[in-house]
Amino acid sequence: MSAVARVDRLTKDFRVGFWRPRPHRALDALSFEIPAGGVFGLLGPNGAGKSTTLKLLLDLLRPTSGRAELLGKPSGDVQARQRLGFLPENPTFYDQLTAEELLTYFAGLFGYRGEDRRRRAAAALDQVGLNGADRKRPLRQYSKGMVQRVGIAQAIVNDPELVILDEPMSGLDPLGRREVRELIIRLRDEGRTVLFSSHILSDAETLCSGVGILAKGQLVAQGTLAELTRGGAGGAEVVVSDLPPSVADALARRVARVTRIADGRYSIEVAGAARPEPLIAELAAAGATLVSVAPLRTTLEDVFMSALSKAKERADGAERSRGAGPERSRGAS
Amino acid sequence: MIGRIGLVAWHVFKESVRDRVLYGIAGFAVLLVAASILVGQLTAGEDIKIIKDLGLATIELAGVLMTVFIGVGLVSREIERRSIFALLAKPLPRWEFIVGKYVGLVLTIFVNVAAMTAALYLMLAYMSWGALEVERRAWAAPATDPRLLIAVALIAAELALLTAVALFFSTFSSSALLSVALTVGLFIAGLLSHDLQHFGDIVEVPHAVATFVAAIGWSLPAFSAFSDVKNLIVQGQPVAGGYVAMTLLYAAIYSTAAIAAAVGIFSRREFK
Repeated sequence: MSAVARVDRLTKDFRVGFWRPRPHRALDALSFEIPAGGVFGLLGPNGAGKSTTLKLLLDLLRPTSGRAELLGKPSGDVQARQRLGFLPENPTFYDQLTAEELLTYFAGLFGYRGEDRRRRAAAALDQVGLNGADRKRPLRQYSKGMVQRVGIAQAIVNDPELVILDEPMSGLDPLGRREVRELIIRLRDEGRTVLFSSHILSDAETLCSGVGILAKGQLVAQGTLAELTRGGAGGAEVVVSDLPPSVADALARRVARVTRIADGRYSIEVAGAARPEPLIAELAAAGATLVSVAPLRTTLEDVFMSALSKAKERADGAERSRGAGPERSRGAS
Repeated sequence: MIGRIGLVAWHVFKESVRDRVLYGIAGFAVLLVAASILVGQLTAGEDIKIIKDLGLATIELAGVLMTVFIGVGLVSREIERRSIFALLAKPLPRWEFIVGKYVGLVLTIFVNVAAMTAALYLMLAYMSWGALEVERRAWAAPATDPRLLIAVALIAAELALLTAVALFFSTFSSSALLSVALTVGLFIAGLLSHDLQHFGDIVEVPHAVATFVAAIGWSLPAFSAFSDVKNLIVQGQPVAGGYVAMTLLYAAIYSTAAIAAAVGIFSRREFK
């Protein structure tokens, strides 16, 4: 499977500070490939370098060192841009234009002319569900969710192979997030590759076939969701209601975890290879009502937290060794 | 290439003509022109000259305000609202974006200058229609003097040059306010360029200082060069065709240089 995006030892330093500017490393020798097809999530906490990576891929930023390629061409290649679509984070467009005018304008930049241009614009707006009178209203009258839909429409107006979405769910209400999720699934089902950045793990877990996790400008984990969550914790989670507190206390000494959750219910985790059936029988005998039983598995959140924690340990270790350096120097001198 | 530049230009024009700032300035221009009729009525025999003078000054001032307040936002507003990210991810080379922006704003300004000129001619025609033969004979030039178009052409060239300057500042300044200050500052300095070029003749200073100031004067856009002809035409005096042609050529060369510099900076610019 060919790669739609490739970065090789990509490093980006920004200069920060007014009086004495000093370099701040936003990306540190980042390397990864994104295969064609499916949805790839670039995940990480705020400031991890997700948007910087996307901007370097799109030539909106220039690398300090390393290389970035999109669709087999160096970043910034105009031919490659013909085949991709991009939604920036929290986009706003031209207040005075209508959605229809904006899309017609952008379609023209891809070389569509005349009736073809209007048809492409209409098709993109159809895809995001902006219909009728909404298309004729100035964009300044749009809600954030509608602007986001226009943003996605402009990203697909050229029927692209690759769609890059920077924090597409950012600032949206639950309804807006669901709409964007459905749009991403539709784009994937149409055979496009979708690359999106997010710090909302539930969205990534729902949508992504593959993810890369960034922390402090470094890739700390990459793989398909199945690869990253493989193995898992094992065991099961049993949720019951009407459990007498004395029984809960006694259980807490024997099972992996007992947690009191909402509405007086308890979540009881059975670890490892232990079967939940004897516990369920015991709980029923104690008068508890079974609410649910589910196998315990490693979630993307577990993977994410573990990757971040390892990255932090590595960074702290490097910091300590850097701190020790001058001490040694001073000792030597 | 031409198609994409044309699209960007048409988009700038469409967006600008819907901008409330434009209507504010146009309203201000109408008020000034109306005021020129009143002032003209107070000055017997000089009314047509004053209306021409104030009319042309209004066209110039309104054009400068449009250029500054719309021009400096052309690029910086795109960056502030992040529409630049989506735009530059399209197959639109950066130089085409800058040239398209320039052409679009010049088109907007020219259309407005044309509309204001038509309004000025209408007003002058109305004044001429109501004037007595003896009054007409006292005028230095006919009321609807076609040579006014030469002054208007020079104003248009001056505004095209100012647009290039505004766009240049807009490509690297992080704030629209700073761009406004820089553009207005350079415009005022440009109006004084002739005095700076001859600084040594006006002020007694060491030769080195006079040469340094003169060099600054020559490097600034010579906005003062566009006003001289205006005064001659209003007063009904002859205008040298060569001077007009050279001034137009100067505006074209300086504007091209400013746009080239803007392209050079914008092509290297990063967008965080």
